[in-house]
Amino acid sequence: MADHSDLRLKHLCSQPASQPEDKLAPDQQSIELEPLAPELAAVNGGLSRRSFLSGLGATGLLAGAAPMVVAAPATAATLAPPAQETTAGNLTLTLNINGKDYTLRNLDPRATLLDTLRERLLLSGTKKGCDHGQCGACTVHVNGRRVNSCLSFAVMHQGDQITTIEGLGQPDNLHPMQAAFVEHDGYQCGYCTSGQIMSAAALLKEPIGPSDEDIKHAMAGNICRCGAYTNIVAAVRQVRQLRA
Amino acid sequence: MQTFEYVKPQTVERALTTPLPSRFIAGGTTLVDLMKLTVETPPVLVDINSLPLASIDKLPSGGLRIGALVRNSDLAWHPDVQSSYAVLSQAILSGASPQLRNMATTGGNLLQRTRCAYFRDPNAGTPGGYGCNKRTPGTGCAALEGFHRTHAILGTSDHCIATHPSDMCVAMAALEAVIHLEGPKGKRELPIAEFHKLPGDTPHIENALEPGELITQVDLPKPIEGARSAYLKLRDRASYEFALASAAVVAKVEGGRIQYVRIAMGGVGTKPWRSHEAEAALNGKPATAANFRAAAEAALATAHPRTDNAFKVELAKRCLVRTLKLATA
Repeated sequence: MADHSDLRLKHLCSQPASQPEDKLAPDQQSIELEPLAPELAAVNGGLSRRSFLSGLGATGLLAGAAPMVVAAPATAATLAPPAQETTAGNLTLTLNINGKDYTLRNLDPRATLLDTLRERLLLSGTKKGCDHGQCGACTVHVNGRRVNSCLSFAVMHQGDQITTIEGLGQPDNLHPMQAAFVEHDGYQCGYCTSGQIMSAAALLKEPIGPSDEDIKHAMAGNICRCGAYTNIVAAVRQVRQLRA
Repeated sequence: MQTFEYVKPQTVERALTTPLPSRFIAGGTTLVDLMKLTVETPPVLVDINSLPLASIDKLPSGGLRIGALVRNSDLAWHPDVQSSYAVLSQAILSGASPQLRNMATTGGNLLQRTRCAYFRDPNAGTPGGYGCNKRTPGTGCAALEGFHRTHAILGTSDHCIATHPSDMCVAMAALEAVIHLEGPKGKRELPIAEFHKLPGDTPHIENALEPGELITQVDLPKPIEGARSAYLKLRDRASYEFALASAAVVAKVEGGRIQYVRIAMGGVGTKPWRSHEAEAALNGKPATAANFRAAAEAALATAHPRTDNAFKVELAKRCLVRTLKLATA
């Protein structure tokens, strides 16, 4: 079965890797491929809902081509970054994320921590809601404290320990806050949820008062359009009580 | 967002030798927000997070020295601040969100910029965009006849009615904080009352910083023996929203009379609004509701409301009365 992993990455390339001489204009978006979640490529021969949908990016829909047809069989080599460096940035940076070091080359200084996590490192568990620090969907931990990753440049975090939702827990090893959200149905669409959980997990180490009002005030930086607030507070309350 | 050169000096000395124009960045909660809107377009960003300015120390005088890089949350939770400068802790905790408070710094909060929607519009002050004298002097003020429900009623001019949004600054004004600066020409200090500027006909000049100057610390004077303090913030939501009106009060009552009082207001002024008028109306007077109300009338006597923010006049008065009650209860 043909490896569909290049389909997932295809929309991220402004041009196929076979034309390394072409350069992108400085203002063209260009994302260097550093597939740091190679396990995604291994599952189902690289085909997942996520890869299918990301293959239906602008090029897929507009081209009208059947998105599942693969031009050439992919090999492991197609997961490597293109030979020609074509990004607009000029920084090299090492970020420590979930206990692992990732070296990023040709990083644009304007790249926020949020965009770097999602688009460069393919750690898409952290979400972009408002991109202006007003919704909390982008909440991650930097050195154990909750922050809005949309309002910080990646380049400022060399030397910091960053934790994302992917690092908080895994399906077979949930953080107690994740388990409590599941138990109390603390979500509906799920988009705010990773930010809610990261925020709630961090507040366990903050000097927050004991009441539900205190929890609500401490969670005020995470908004939920679906209105799952009551259950979110219940989840947080439970974890706090268990730790009391 | 316009691109920039990024530097991260390890000493204050090196930070001060960065060629201008440049912007210091610490938490980034104001700067990155405004850079995304192209309201701020610094060609050089100087990351000051490595500078040794993040401690809180007691001063020999009995006051408190707060480093410019102390995070807002750390400042609010500090035991000395909670016990001796409660109004500051309450004010900080009423502002922004926990995530923002973990990023924002003392120095950055002093330099927070207005939330006026016209000022924040990417095209304001440019040909074809909304007039904004703060963005580009001489282009007018779209808020005067536009949406100004959240704008200021005190300290305004025909050039600008933008509200100063900070809670921390209001508490620091009531505490009479002193701001320490260091720049290419050396060190100096300013009372907070002189740090923020009224718009007048130069709304693009918001504070007393000279080019290249860095805020290094903020000193709080020795707490007043026997005084109590309180901060009250009134707004459209119970959290995560700027003030429509707020008040910071430090007061000492002895024998039923006010022996010491400092009053500052937020959400209503173009700068953190220290109210000498209200203080004068209360000094030595009995701590009664009637006198509180008289002080509030004095505080708002020079208010210049416009159509959509006229409600703030009465709201601010009641806010001050309630805060005085809280601080003297």
